[in-house]
Amino acid sequence: MTSGEKGKNKFLVYFEDRFKWSKIAELARKKTVPRHSLSYWQYFGGLCLFLFIIQVITGGLLLLHYVPSIDRAHESIQFIMGQVRFGWLIRSVHSWSANILIGAIFVHMFSTFLLRAYRPPREITWVTGSFLLFIFLAFGFSGYLLPWNELSFFATRVGTDLLGQIPLIGGSLKTFVLGGREISGATLSRFYWFHVALLPLAALFFLGIHLYLIQIHGISLPLGLKQERVKEVPFFPDFFLSESVLWLTVLAIIGLLCVFFPWETGEKADPFSPTPAGIRPEWYFTFLFTTLKLVPGHILGIEGEKLALLFILVACLFWTLVPYWDKKGQKGQKSPLITVIGLAVIIYILVFTLITYLYPGYKK
Amino acid sequence: MKELFKKIIFLLSLSIFMANFLHSQSARNSCLSCHLELEGSLAAPAQSFSRDIHAQFGLSCASCHGGNPLKEEIEEAKDRSFKGRFSRQAIPELCASCHADANYMRNYNPSIRVDQFELYLTSRHGQAYKKGDLKAAICTDCHGVHQIQRANMPQSSIFPWNLAATCSRCHSDPDLMKPYGLATSQEEDYRVSVHAQALYEKKDLSAPTCNDCHGNHGALPPGVSSIANVCRQCHPSQAELFTLSPHKKAFDEARISECEICHGNHRITSPSAEMLAGGKQDLCLQCHASDSTPYQKAFKLREKFNSLQSHIESLSSRLNQVAKKGVETSEARYELQQAHSFFLEARNLIHGLSFSEIEEKIKASGDKLNLVDNLVLAAEKEIRYRKTGLVIATTFLFLLALALLLKVRERRNRV
Repeated sequence: MTSGEKGKNKFLVYFEDRFKWSKIAELARKKTVPRHSLSYWQYFGGLCLFLFIIQVITGGLLLLHYVPSIDRAHESIQFIMGQVRFGWLIRSVHSWSANILIGAIFVHMFSTFLLRAYRPPREITWVTGSFLLFIFLAFGFSGYLLPWNELSFFATRVGTDLLGQIPLIGGSLKTFVLGGREISGATLSRFYWFHVALLPLAALFFLGIHLYLIQIHGISLPLGLKQERVKEVPFFPDFFLSESVLWLTVLAIIGLLCVFFPWETGEKADPFSPTPAGIRPEWYFTFLFTTLKLVPGHILGIEGEKLALLFILVACLFWTLVPYWDKKGQKGQKSPLITVIGLAVIIYILVFTLITYLYPGYKK
Repeated sequence: MKELFKKIIFLLSLSIFMANFLHSQSARNSCLSCHLELEGSLAAPAQSFSRDIHAQFGLSCASCHGGNPLKEEIEEAKDRSFKGRFSRQAIPELCASCHADANYMRNYNPSIRVDQFELYLTSRHGQAYKKGDLKAAICTDCHGVHQIQRANMPQSSIFPWNLAATCSRCHSDPDLMKPYGLATSQEEDYRVSVHAQALYEKKDLSAPTCNDCHGNHGALPPGVSSIANVCRQCHPSQAELFTLSPHKKAFDEARISECEICHGNHRITSPSAEMLAGGKQDLCLQCHASDSTPYQKAFKLREKFNSLQSHIESLSSRLNQVAKKGVETSEARYELQQAHSFFLEARNLIHGLSFSEIEEKIKASGDKLNLVDNLVLAAEKEIRYRKTGLVIATTFLFLLALALLLKVRERRNRV
């Protein structure tokens, strides 16, 4: 053994004594994942994690130059895009990966739902995953305003107006979120606080539980597959290598998008200018936006928008609690009703999102 | 107790009935109720009067036409005070009977002017009216009748973007204008002017229309000596420069109208360097020989202006291309705007004919354009750099992904 190897071993032994990382390495060596015809859906969870890591890194870098005040926010974004070395790339990667992340979360959620991966004992994994979806939607909503451009300003106004329509608590919630009655400097400060402090903490908390539960319970098998008949492959390196191929492909796609469609800076928001025509929220909120636009003014004497929002909120609650009311799923039995519900929700989201873009001027 | 209660109810009902009856009597207008049952021109005034500013202030048909609108029978309604239809000659004085009375008008609008009739009598229209010319424009020709709107209402016939059409109802009529020897192309000319573009396309209500140059109630065409005063109301910088220029004395001596000789009157199009010596609309030739020194100086200026303008346009187009590809261009745009401002300042200085100042501004504009040129070049280089980086990074990522994929397959095959 050379003196160099001896030194290296001493170094490893020092950390081994303190961190006991060989136990973790042992755990990783033993960890396996099932491989079957529907295995590819498993990769979307890892993809979400990968995109979240990109969000944290690029978001952290953006914080170096972003100034959360209405006088400087837009200018600081212009500075990042024009003056900071690779600033355009960091911001574009942050914005594009945020959108792809939300898309990936939706895919992950629907695949989990349709494969009934929420069956006991994975109910809390599903519930924390649902919370993570809501948190990432809130990330998207709060981050959209930060560049303080015309589109984001008015889209946020549309979004917070919808928030104000929630029965009973809507008014107070809107005032809390806006920091007043209208979008102002206080709103920007709050959205910044949500985006870089509150939501990351909440995301880390639920992500921690979500990942811990996945480690404890492993990856769920689709209904009808028997554990003993399914082939298990090592997590390291087989699954990890396959997952890495997807990550690298997505990273290359993000690079292409950033170079050919860098995220625009837009015109600085002017609160006194009239709302531009065709304003709409980010794509992942458009199905809600169009639903509320198409709902009749009054249903059974109650304001249509309020009733629709109440219905959507109740539906979200049922969706989050599906592991507790899907009795057949709990028993490991097939349930066509759940499949129908899942497919109906997917079709509804796709159709209403398409309506928003294909018929932007359509009104009830 | 029950009787007392009944009496109170009876008295209350009676008082409500009486109040209602008196109100309906006071609100009755037999002129409207009869004319609304008629047809054509007899019904039109009654149909439109509810939209009239006078009706909105509580005036009725009887306020102008007299009569007693409380009477149902036509003979009783058209009593001695009834004036019927007014002759054209009587209308200005009828309107003035209220609108020239400061005490009366104060009841409705304390800040309204009451000198319209006085001004009208000084106008070309008013002078013809005084001579008994029944074709002369009177109040109702411009303001309408029975559906007169506030001047600041977009439906009003004298609202800025309706005014040219209102004036042209008479001024574009060759038969009507022939006896006065007036041209009829004013509206057509105005519609293609920069002023009309600002008013109709940009919806800029401060852009001038007929009354801004000719006046409204005291409308008269400005004379040679006063045209410049009209223009300088909105263009003081150009007027000030012109006053100090050698052109001022020459124009005054030759009795040439200052602004109009170069820019025209109703058809004032966007100024360009082509108006200078050797250009497509060479105006200098009107007074200067083509081999004269002033002409040659203007000739060189035109070339410089054209060169600056084409440079600005080319940079603007390149900037748009660069911006489309996602490079931040706000600084370059700001500098280009500065270059354009210097260019416009240089062009404006033509009015003062101070060549040294013009050259100074041309140089300032050129310096800014060079700066923008460098910024655009840097942006174009940045795009190439990004694309090269993308090709390298993507190739690396795909090769790495391919290598991993091969490794995954190899492991699968081994198992």
